[in-house]
Amino acid sequence: MTKNNEGIGTFSAFKTVLKSVREYKKPSFLAPLFVMIEVIFECLIPLVMTLLLDRIEHVGQEDLLREIIKYGLILLLLALCSLACGVFAGRFTAVASSGFAKNLRKDLYYRIQDFSFANIDKFSTSSMVTRLTTDVTNVEMAYMMIIRTAIRSPFMFIFSLTMSFLLNARMALIFICIIPILVTGLTIIMVKAIPFFHRIFHKYDALNESVEENVRGMRVVKSYVREEHEKDKFDKASKDVMKSFTKAEKLVALNTPIMNFCVYAGLICLYVVGSILIVNTNQQALELTQLQSFMTYSFQILMSLMMLSMVMVMIVMSVASAKRIAEVLNEQSTLTSKENAITNIKDGSVKFIDVSFKYSAKAERSALEDINLEIKSGETVGIIGSTGSGKSSLVQLIPRLYDATEGEILVSNINVKEYDLQALRDSVAMVLQKNVLFSGTIKENLRWGNKNATDEEMIDACKQAGAHDFISSFPDKYDTFIEQGGVNVSGGQKQRLCIARALLKKPKILILDDSTSAVDTKTDSLIRAALKKYIPSTTKIIIAQRIASIEEADKIVIMDCGRIQAIGTHEQLLENNDIYKDLYYSQNKLKKDQKEAK
Amino acid sequence: MKGMPRKTTSLKNSRKPTAVKGTLGKLLKSLFVNNKLLMITVFTCVTITGIVSVFSSLFLSRLLATITEGLRLQSLEAVWGDLLKIFITMGVVYMTAVVSSFLQTRFIAILTQRFLHQTRTSLFNKMQSLPIKFFDTHKTGDIMSNYTNDTDALRQLVSQSLPHLYQAIISVITLLVIMFSHSIWLSLVIFFGVAIMFLVTKLIGGNSAKYFVKQQISLGEEEGFIQEMMQGQKVVKVFCHEEQAKIDFDAKNEQLASDATKAHTFANVLMPIMNNLGNILYVLVAFIGGLLAVISVPNLSLSGLKDVTITEFLIIIISFLPICKQFTSNVSQSSQQINSIVMGLAGASRIMALMNEAPEEDNGYVTLVNCNIDENGVITETTERTGKWAWKHPHKADGTVTYTQLKGDIQMFNVDFGYVPEKIVLHDVSLYAKPGQKIAFVGSTGAGKTTITNLINRFYDIADGKIRYDGININKIKKADLRRSLGIVLQDTNLFTGTVMDNIRYGRLDATDEECINAAKLAYAHDFITRLPDGYNTMLTADGANLSQGQRQLLSIARAAVKDAPVMILDEATSSIDTRTESLVQKGTDRLMEGRTVFVIAHRLSTVQNSDVIMVLEYGNIIERGTHEELVALKGK
Repeated sequence: MTKNNEGIGTFSAFKTVLKSVREYKKPSFLAPLFVMIEVIFECLIPLVMTLLLDRIEHVGQEDLLREIIKYGLILLLLALCSLACGVFAGRFTAVASSGFAKNLRKDLYYRIQDFSFANIDKFSTSSMVTRLTTDVTNVEMAYMMIIRTAIRSPFMFIFSLTMSFLLNARMALIFICIIPILVTGLTIIMVKAIPFFHRIFHKYDALNESVEENVRGMRVVKSYVREEHEKDKFDKASKDVMKSFTKAEKLVALNTPIMNFCVYAGLICLYVVGSILIVNTNQQALELTQLQSFMTYSFQILMSLMMLSMVMVMIVMSVASAKRIAEVLNEQSTLTSKENAITNIKDGSVKFIDVSFKYSAKAERSALEDINLEIKSGETVGIIGSTGSGKSSLVQLIPRLYDATEGEILVSNINVKEYDLQALRDSVAMVLQKNVLFSGTIKENLRWGNKNATDEEMIDACKQAGAHDFISSFPDKYDTFIEQGGVNVSGGQKQRLCIARALLKKPKILILDDSTSAVDTKTDSLIRAALKKYIPSTTKIIIAQRIASIEEADKIVIMDCGRIQAIGTHEQLLENNDIYKDLYYSQNKLKKDQKEAK
Repeated sequence: MKGMPRKTTSLKNSRKPTAVKGTLGKLLKSLFVNNKLLMITVFTCVTITGIVSVFSSLFLSRLLATITEGLRLQSLEAVWGDLLKIFITMGVVYMTAVVSSFLQTRFIAILTQRFLHQTRTSLFNKMQSLPIKFFDTHKTGDIMSNYTNDTDALRQLVSQSLPHLYQAIISVITLLVIMFSHSIWLSLVIFFGVAIMFLVTKLIGGNSAKYFVKQQISLGEEEGFIQEMMQGQKVVKVFCHEEQAKIDFDAKNEQLASDATKAHTFANVLMPIMNNLGNILYVLVAFIGGLLAVISVPNLSLSGLKDVTITEFLIIIISFLPICKQFTSNVSQSSQQINSIVMGLAGASRIMALMNEAPEEDNGYVTLVNCNIDENGVITETTERTGKWAWKHPHKADGTVTYTQLKGDIQMFNVDFGYVPEKIVLHDVSLYAKPGQKIAFVGSTGAGKTTITNLINRFYDIADGKIRYDGININKIKKADLRRSLGIVLQDTNLFTGTVMDNIRYGRLDATDEECINAAKLAYAHDFITRLPDGYNTMLTADGANLSQGQRQLLSIARAAVKDAPVMILDEATSSIDTRTESLVQKGTDRLMEGRTVFVIAHRLSTVQNSDVIMVLEYGNIIERGTHEELVALKGK
């Protein structure tokens, strides 16, 4: 994925990401506006404060209270205005940035929902999760910084500098000398630190991944009594992270002393030059109060630069995140329905004509080659073959989870590309090898197959899938809560629930991709019998490891290295196919022994 | 694991941050105990920085007074000496400040990283000592968040919030002393103002912290949801469930956005409100000061009650106001830290909660040693690897030590067990595995097959009954030694980041390359390994994601083979391997396990049919036992 990052420019990444601001444009503009007004007040307040001090010092006793009240009221008014602006700015910033993050997450998630299997394969699960969470948060923080601080700092800088030039141009020249020093210092640190941090974050991620690996593999760790070994490994990795982080943070830690140095050096210069000017020209060139104002401005100017440098770091840090988000947002689904697509699938016949298939254009090896296969509606077809022989690839082309690279696949004598995707997938129910149940009750999980399924329909489907009995044995029956990933049901139970879920679709074609591997042989054969009895007109395609699971099929397809090696019935294959014979006897050793004994 | 209870409902609550009282104290203590010198240095530096930052305003009033004097005398030369003195003092003090801030930031960076390293490793070490039950009842994500979210919050706390707060406290104390030395009356006005600022912080900051915590919880929920949906994305596609998935997502996303908006709003408005409260206080002090001056109230300061002229009082006000400003800005700065302090302490308390989990208990005292056995059967202990093992059994009563040869003889007598006491999953299980026998467990899922193996290696302890290993009650055997004597291949293969060779060697760390390759050959893994791009040096990442499930299983068998243990447990170890390869693997393992005890758990008949005894389990009971032929003859289930 990192290589792809380079493909997207920083600018276009931000452009893509910023499209998600949408309805939050108004607060996004209002927030900086109020920030700017706030800054004006913030710069005026110290000015008035100095004036107040000056008045206290110079007016006579009789005017003292009047003057204090006069300037006090001005100050109070300014403070209230500044407060109001600050509150508005804060509120708008919060609304804008949280809203932007919300839209961004939504756009990402929606985009992923439209992904095809090929798109999904491209991004790993964990990378998609990171994009939706950490990356969005990074961009959100950067956005908040931009509309608040990134406007505030330069504005404050310019305003304060202008004010100080207006007050006294000669004194303001001191800033012109100091600012370059600070800017250079901060820039050097930033430029040096950023690539450093990028590398460290990778290390840090790797460290956390190794913890996760350890947690997941705890049974192995304990079985092999490898606790000490793991501790050593972790200690080393953690120390490594510590060292790199310390190095980088030491660099960043230079920010504050440099900043302090500049502020203090500036102050002393101001004081020295100021004192001489005031006394020598008898306040002609510079008034005493102006010196005090200068002090305030010097702080504000340098602070704003400091904040700006921090904001820049945040923005630069978020570039990588923005790119990763843009990558997903820019990804086009490789599969779409045609316009005016056919929505009616007549029957469950399937035909493969000269089909070959590669998972990606770059793949060296074809997953499938020269596939020609005809399945009549209502037939039961068994597919068998060793791992990696292309069984799953073959059946995934039927509901158009992938598109064939060459050749065509016909369902009910019409090319699958002509159908509406949803209609096609509703008619072709597929139980994937990697079964997933979702957190929710059993009923909620079953309703994935049919939103409006009645209780009877659900019970029927579960009976056919051999799931009704164990569901009834649960205290909450069909309302039993399935935990995330289905961890509170066994592998076999999970598989049966997944089959029931698929049956509820009342499909024209049912594909079971090694879906009963964790189910015991007895239940397995009961399920097959039920399917035969209750959904005779549905085409059933069964991928299995066990010969017993496909023995009675109308047609058995033997896959080998992406090609169909043979097609035939159990008897035919047993007679003249070596692979099948081998498989059969390895699974039924006993029978073979008996046979040889005869 | 199968049939195991998962306490997820109570887990959700465990993520809720409960700011345990005394967390801060414990945190500081552990910071201090482990990093004494660093801590003292940091404290000193922060104290210096805090005090120095206050003094800059004091210089100003002295400077102004001197300049005024110069103006009065109309001569720079007359006051130049005084001015120079001020400038030099300023220079020295400021240099000190720069140096101390340099040291402070540097040492805090070092301290923070060291502390995080200490926290991580002690967490990790603690985790290694926890029983399997802990991992079965906690979600991986929740455990992980101790290392990610909580540690990050802790970093913020240690590197930013605590130093900030401490520096503010030092500054405030210094300022207080200065203020009192000027005027106690005016100080009282400031106290009043600060009290209001505290109330505001408590109100707004409290709300902000509350919503930040809420946001954290919504974020966790949304993350969990996203994780689940991304993992099941293909199923979503197959069932055309996209629209519903979007609706479910939107609800969670809206909730998160609403909490985040509130949290950030409160956080964002706190600063302007506090700042301007400070400004208002400034006006108030000026006004009350003026009033006091006009009605000529005698000034009360640390040096006592004193009648002052109005001019003198005005000078007091003039020097007091900048201090007032500095004081309030310190208070409002530290109010900014409230969020990260609340979140940091919550993180710390969660980490401490894990540190307080009870470790796996081990009262065993029988250990496993290498031994030599002479022709008379006399066992002598040795440190060399002889290929023979013995149980070393010290008897406390008379101080003698007896040795029993390790054979792999396992007996279970009337064992009852439940993962939770209320729900017994194994009833009255008895079995006898003689050395060299292959014992198979079959039965439907959830019947208790895996549970039995969980008991033999003592991942869990039995509720009732007895398990004997070579005649020794397994409770007496040290857990590490017990497990060292068992080779286990689990259905869920877990490989580790590293090369293929590293992964095989995980079984026995001192195994040579040759031994590892031999083990791979036995497990029939050699073929596919040599076809990998870098052979045995191919890097595996993310649990061997670049291998097929079957290949992963072959590797985990090779890993167990290199361990070369007298007892082997294969729990669905070949379930994803096609039957042809399986029979080859079996030949290899059979050769390896000659004369040793093997427990096999499988669904497939082909996996178990050459076993000596097959036990059929149902609902936690052994309902049938016998050889394959006997069982087939019985009814062929």
